[in-house]
Amino acid sequence: MASGGVEGSAELRIDGAAKRFGEVAALDGVSLQVARGELLTILGPSGSGKTTLLKVVAGFEKPDAGSVKIDGVEITALPPARRDIGMVFQNYALFPHLTVERNVAFPLEMRNVTKAEIARRVAEALALVELAGYEQRLPRQLSGGQQQRVALARAIVFNPRLLLLDEPFGALDRKLRETMQLEVRRLQRRLGLTTIFITHDQEEALVLSDRIAVMNKGTIQQIATTTEIYERPANDFVADFVGESNIFHGTMSGTGVVTLEGGRQLRVSTSAVPGKRVGVLMRPERFASGGINAFAGEVVESVYLGTSFKLRLACEDGLELLVRQPARGELPAPGARATFGIDPDAIHVF
Amino acid sequence: MNRSFFPALPALVLLFFFFLFPVVRMLGFSLEGGSLDWYAKALGEGLYLRVFWNTFEIALLVTLFCLLLGYPLGFLMATTTPLWATVGFIFVLLPLWTSVLVRTYAWMVLLGRNGVFNRTLIDAGIITDPIPLLHNFTGVLIGMVHVLLPYMVLPVYGAVRRLDPAIVAAAEGLGASNWRIFWRIYLPLTLNGIFAGAVIVFVLSLGFFITPALLGGGRVIMIAVLIEQQVRETLNWPFAAALSAVLLVATFAVYALAQRFTRTEPAT
Repeated sequence: MASGGVEGSAELRIDGAAKRFGEVAALDGVSLQVARGELLTILGPSGSGKTTLLKVVAGFEKPDAGSVKIDGVEITALPPARRDIGMVFQNYALFPHLTVERNVAFPLEMRNVTKAEIARRVAEALALVELAGYEQRLPRQLSGGQQQRVALARAIVFNPRLLLLDEPFGALDRKLRETMQLEVRRLQRRLGLTTIFITHDQEEALVLSDRIAVMNKGTIQQIATTTEIYERPANDFVADFVGESNIFHGTMSGTGVVTLEGGRQLRVSTSAVPGKRVGVLMRPERFASGGINAFAGEVVESVYLGTSFKLRLACEDGLELLVRQPARGELPAPGARATFGIDPDAIHVF
Repeated sequence: MNRSFFPALPALVLLFFFFLFPVVRMLGFSLEGGSLDWYAKALGEGLYLRVFWNTFEIALLVTLFCLLLGYPLGFLMATTTPLWATVGFIFVLLPLWTSVLVRTYAWMVLLGRNGVFNRTLIDAGIITDPIPLLHNFTGVLIGMVHVLLPYMVLPVYGAVRRLDPAIVAAAEGLGASNWRIFWRIYLPLTLNGIFAGAVIVFVLSLGFFITPALLGGGRVIMIAVLIEQQVRETLNWPFAAALSAVLLVATFAVYALAQRFTRTEPAT
C-alpha cells in the first residue's frame, strides 16, 4: 500500500450482466471495463440499477447472465469474502462494538496476517486517512467525516484489488462532503486503486471521476470522460440528468441548420446529414446577450445565485429557455424583455 | 415533572390496590409480633435453604437450556425467508397462547411411565424399562424449558433483526467466513438480546409454580411450591409471607444486577 500499491490493483471487466427482480430488469445487459488505477463513476437516479451493479461486482448479488472478471479471471460465482474487494458502504457499516483500530484490523485478521504486521499496516492506514490518535475510539464517538475515514481505511488496508464506494458522501453536510471528495480522489490517485464509485449526484460525479457511466433503467446510457458526458451527451436522458440543460428536438434541414419542432431554425456545427431527426442541447451558461441564434422573449423568472443569475425566458414562438449569466449589474426583473444568442459551436447535436 | 400523569391514573390506582397494598400486607404478616423469627427460620434452617438453592439451580439450568435452544431458533427465524420466519413464529407463539396448565398436563401425558415417549421407546425395543421422566428433576426441567422458551426466542429474534444487514455484508466483503461472522459480529452485537432473554427466563423461573408442582409431583420443591404448601396445608401464613419476601428480594437483586450489566455494555 505504501509503496504505491498499483501492483495490487486490478482491471475489471463486466460482460452482459443481467439481473431481474420479478418483472423488473434491474440490469439489462450491462458491459463495461475499468482500467487499472482508474476511477469510474456509475451515475444514475435511484432505481437505475447502479446499486445492483455494485452488488454484482462485490458478490452480494448473482447475475442471471453475464460475467465479472478481475484481471481476466472470472469471479462471477465467487463469494464476497474471497473477492479481495474493499467497499465503503452508504452508512459506513462500521462494526459498532469494535474500536477504530480493531475495525481497520478486521480484514487483516480475516487473512491471518501476523500481529506485528497488522499493527504496522493499521497504523499506516490510519495515518493515510489522518486519523492517527483515534485508535481506541468507538465508531459512535466519532463524527460522520471521521467514521467515513475509518470506513475508507478499513477498505484499503488489505490492498484490495478493487475499491467500491457506494454513495459514501450522502450523509455528510455540503462542506465536509466537498473536503472528503477531494481527499478520496487524492488517496485513490496516490494508491493507484482501481475504483468504482456509485452516486446519484451528477456534480459529485464530475468532481471525482476519470470516466462516468450514466445508467438508467438497467442499461448504460453513455460511458465517457467527464467533459464528454457534459459537453457531448449521447441522448436526452444523459443531457437532462447531467447538469442544467435546454433540450429540443428537430430535423436537419440543411448543412449546419436544424429546424426545431415549431419552426425555429438554429445554426449548428455538425456533420449530421440533412433530413435526420436530431436532439439539440444548449447549456444555460453558454448563452450570451444578443448575437447569432438569437432568442428574444420575456423574463418569467429570475434568481440570484451569488456567482450567477439564473433566468427563465419565454420566447415569442413558445419556446422556454433556461439561461445562466455571470452576476453583473442588476438582476433582470420578471417581465423584462431580453435577447440571448448562442454560438453554433456551443450547441450539441445528438 | 411538567407532564400530566392523569392518563396513567386508572392503572396506578389498580396497581396500588391490587399489587402494592397486598405486598405491603404480606410483608406485615411476615413481621408478626414485630419479630424477625420467621425470616430467621426461612434463612436459617437447612431444609429451607436447600429449597432456595434448588430453585436457583433449576432457574439457572432452565435459563441455560433456553439459551442453548432459543438462540439458534431466534437467530434462524431472524435470518431465514419471511415464510419460514412465520412458520417459526407460529411454533413459538402457539404454546405461549395456550394455558400453562394445559401444556403441563400435556407433558404429563408425554413423559409418564406409560407415556408416549416411554411407550414408543419400549415398543421400538430400545429400552426395556421405562425411563423416569415424570415427578423428578428432569420432568420439571423439560416442562419449564418448554414453557419459557418463547421468552428467550423473541428477544434474540429482535436483537438479530435490529442488526444492520450492511454490517454483516461489510464483514463478508472484508473476508470473514460465516463462522467468523457469527462469532465476531452476530454474537457480540446480539449479547443485549441474549441477556434480556436470559434475565426474563431466570426471573420467571424463580417464581414458577404450576409446572414444578405438577411435573415435580411433590418431589421437586421449588420456592413457590413451598409457599403454596405453607398457605394451603400448614396454614402458616406468616412463614409463607416471609418466604415470599425473601423470593421478592432475591428477584429484585437479580434484576438490579442485570440492569447494571446492561448499562456497562456498549450500545449497538
